[in-house]
Amino acid sequence: MENSGYLLAAYSVIWAVVFCFVFVLSRRQRRLQRELDYLRKKMEEKG
Amino acid sequence: MQSLKKYIFHPNILLSLTFAAMMAALALVFVYVPTEKTMGVVQRIFYFHVPLAWVCFLAYAVVFVCSLLYLRQRDTRWDRLAHSSAEIGIIFTTLVLIAGTIWAKAAWGSWWTWDARLTTTLILWFIYFAYLLVRAYATEESRGARYAAVIGIMGFIDVPIVALSIILWRTSHPGPLIFEGGLTSSMKLTLMVCILAFTLLYVYLLVNSNSIRRALDEVKSLKHFVDGRN
Repeated sequence: MENSGYLLAAYSVIWAVVFCFVFVLSRRQRRLQRELDYLRKKMEEKG
Repeated sequence: MQSLKKYIFHPNILLSLTFAAMMAALALVFVYVPTEKTMGVVQRIFYFHVPLAWVCFLAYAVVFVCSLLYLRQRDTRWDRLAHSSAEIGIIFTTLVLIAGTIWAKAAWGSWWTWDARLTTTLILWFIYFAYLLVRAYATEESRGARYAAVIGIMGFIDVPIVALSIILWRTSHPGPLIFEGGLTSSMKLTLMVCILAFTLLYVYLLVNSNSIRRALDEVKSLKHFVDGRN
């Protein structure tokens, strides 16, 4: 299994970056959803 | 048609499809496809490296089309889509470069050479990095969107240059193996499944990123509305 370290490194980097991006997107989405809910509530209160 | 579109592009359905395709791709890469004789096990990087490059081209083609449509119609929906696609494109270009350099180290003994394919890909990365910088640092949002659209259109010129670089110049990078018949049928099948899996991943990320941008625009307009009433 010569060079299997390179193979492992390449696949690890690819998956790490993809998972990080998905994580960042889901955090952004949650934060925006909270902000939207707050703003909608504020608008309803004001009529 | 509209309900079918909604059904296909539903994030949960897309995520399930992407997950299934990725699992199939990994099984084919690590279990099914035989080890290539010359390069050995490291050649398996190829099955993710090529689909990553394909997604880059696809992402920048979407940026190109959406930028043209934005400049023509000034509809922010196209701008949002272009912005989301450029962001995904640069992440995938980074991954192509990283996977490529790791493979280069194993195959050529050096991390980087100023080879035509590698250099034009690095230029592509800089072009779309500039695209994102212009948007981030523009004094006005609409101006940033306009300038970025111009970069998105002009920058796309580099995509066919990257694709044809292995034909136009003498390079150390492998040639177009798929078209030259350098792959066995099991290698072709594995590559096709990997391309499908990464295309689905791109669509999933694009749909999510685009919906976040739409929500961000909604938040901005609601804030403006709420502030205006105070």
